[in-house]
Amino acid sequence: MTIKQGPSQETERALYQRMVARAEPSPPRLRNAVMAFVSGGLVCVLGEGLTDFWEAVLGISHKDAANPTVATLIFLSSLLTGLGLFDKLARHAGAGLAVPVTGFANAMTASALEFKREGLVFGVGGRMFQLAGAVIVFGVVTAFAVSIVAGLLRLGR
Amino acid sequence: MARKRIGPQTVKLEQPPVIIGAAAVAGPLEAQGPLGQEYDRTYPDLTLGQSSFEKAERQMMIDACNLALQKAGITGKPPAVDYFLAGDLLNQIISASFSGLEVGVPMYGLYGACSTFCESLAIGAQLIDGGYADRVLCAASSHNAAAERQYRYPTEYGNQRKPYAQYTVTGAGAVVLAAIGEGPRITYCTTGRVVDFGIADPFNQGAAMAPAAVDTIEAHLRETGRRVEDYDLIVTGDLARFGRDMARQLAAQRNLILGGNYNDCGAMIYDHTRQDVHSGGSGCASSAIVTCGHLLKEMARGKLRRILVVATGALLSPTTFQQGENIPAIAHAVALEA
Amino acid sequence: MMYLKAFLVGGFICLVAQVILDNTKLSPGHVLSGFTVAGGILGGLGLYDKLVEFAGAGASVPISSFGNSLVKGALQELEAHGLVGALTGMFEMTSAGIAAAIIFAFLTAVTFNPKS
Repeated sequence: MTIKQGPSQETERALYQRMVARAEPSPPRLRNAVMAFVSGGLVCVLGEGLTDFWEAVLGISHKDAANPTVATLIFLSSLLTGLGLFDKLARHAGAGLAVPVTGFANAMTASALEFKREGLVFGVGGRMFQLAGAVIVFGVVTAFAVSIVAGLLRLGR
Repeated sequence: MARKRIGPQTVKLEQPPVIIGAAAVAGPLEAQGPLGQEYDRTYPDLTLGQSSFEKAERQMMIDACNLALQKAGITGKPPAVDYFLAGDLLNQIISASFSGLEVGVPMYGLYGACSTFCESLAIGAQLIDGGYADRVLCAASSHNAAAERQYRYPTEYGNQRKPYAQYTVTGAGAVVLAAIGEGPRITYCTTGRVVDFGIADPFNQGAAMAPAAVDTIEAHLRETGRRVEDYDLIVTGDLARFGRDMARQLAAQRNLILGGNYNDCGAMIYDHTRQDVHSGGSGCASSAIVTCGHLLKEMARGKLRRILVVATGALLSPTTFQQGENIPAIAHAVALEA
Repeated sequence: MMYLKAFLVGGFICLVAQVILDNTKLSPGHVLSGFTVAGGILGGLGLYDKLVEFAGAGASVPISSFGNSLVKGALQELEAHGLVGALTGMFEMTSAGIAAAIIFAFLTAVTFNPKS
């Protein structure tokens, strides 16, 4: 049996990859973009509303009200995830739900929920950060790097 | 060359083994698809009343096996079969192994990703024709939620799927092969080679597997001396709609015309106009439930006399993807004749 | 007025992410990590806070604000306590978010079951 090697097979492979890339159906870009814009905007509007709400109810400053706002959004996202509704919404909203803190909460809740079959320790505890961990890691590393640079610049002054 | 070998990849079965019983079970989405009435049993939800998706998949494989054995007229526990050949998509093929525990006969666990069903038929047929077995039970299964939580994302995670992505079929198919009996026969087996055409996107498995399918179909036709027209139907396992198009185009580039008698199980299982499955079905169950549920029944009805089932598998893991590797694929073909 | 600005800025940030997701093979994890890093860098330059002042929740709700808060916390402690502040301050402003996410994820996992 001859093993096909050499230029003819390489060219066929390259041709195939190009054929696939050309033929790949693309997502409905315009619709996705509009949906992401609108839903992301609405989530932020909800956030703004919640900030005003907590400011009034708790009698704290607008800045301090950011914390209970974030917590509320996270609570709502976790609840919707648990009810099996978040992924149905996200299918249409795309980045509009993934980019706000709602996406972070969904990633953590979905992982914890999915792996509960493996128990509280291995599953819920061990796998909770599977999807969201990268965000925390890169956020912390960036913050460390930025503050070290800032610190050194200040020392140099 | 060995006596029953007719080419580098193909063997001719001297005394073609018979399919004396077969059964397909499927999940709710599949039941709502175009072939929904063809399956022997369908389930209203993905859990089957079990406490995990993995246990549900196991139950489906056991159900399929029991139904197939029943139809073959084999009662008794353990059943009077010489081997149980089975595989699935889960790590360490736990569905197959735990089903094997239940079946209770000597077993070989198999992994060919989504090509496992034809792999099991081919090996089972050769065990019988080789004089090593009188009867073999072959099975394959997959489960959408169990596959997603292992290979991709948790089921409640809100991500948008690409339009060429495929949907893992929830179901199981089982076949009882015998040296003697009545039913369609397996006449040829063409074993696939691992093929890598440089596709690395795990969400585009159809494109990754299409070259393997074409490679195996070509080898089969060349080595048996048959033509595409000699088959009433050539069906691939789970290329789905996009992969099916890629296979057609790639084959055409090699002067192999896959025309009206070519289809794909993954494209047949769902109605993409009303079911949100993007390109179509994937998974071991794709080829298994279409063959056991629909194609064998069509053969019994006299509508199909000679078919070539080419199950396709994408041989990647989450690890290889994360390490930046391409997706190698394989396709195994069995010829079934009434 | 703030509501409109929140809508437009927040929507725009999500739009950029969606365009990246639809036109590249990057995963959501990549894009969100990138946005977090961007928020952190802009925060270090003092620019992100200006965006928050301008657009309110439109800037503070997207994940980029998480990067900004981490940096702000670290810088605050750096001012007060020197270089060690780069370590001690980070989670001060993000504690509510992280704690809430963990707690609600846990409670949800205990209460519900995954469907499909």
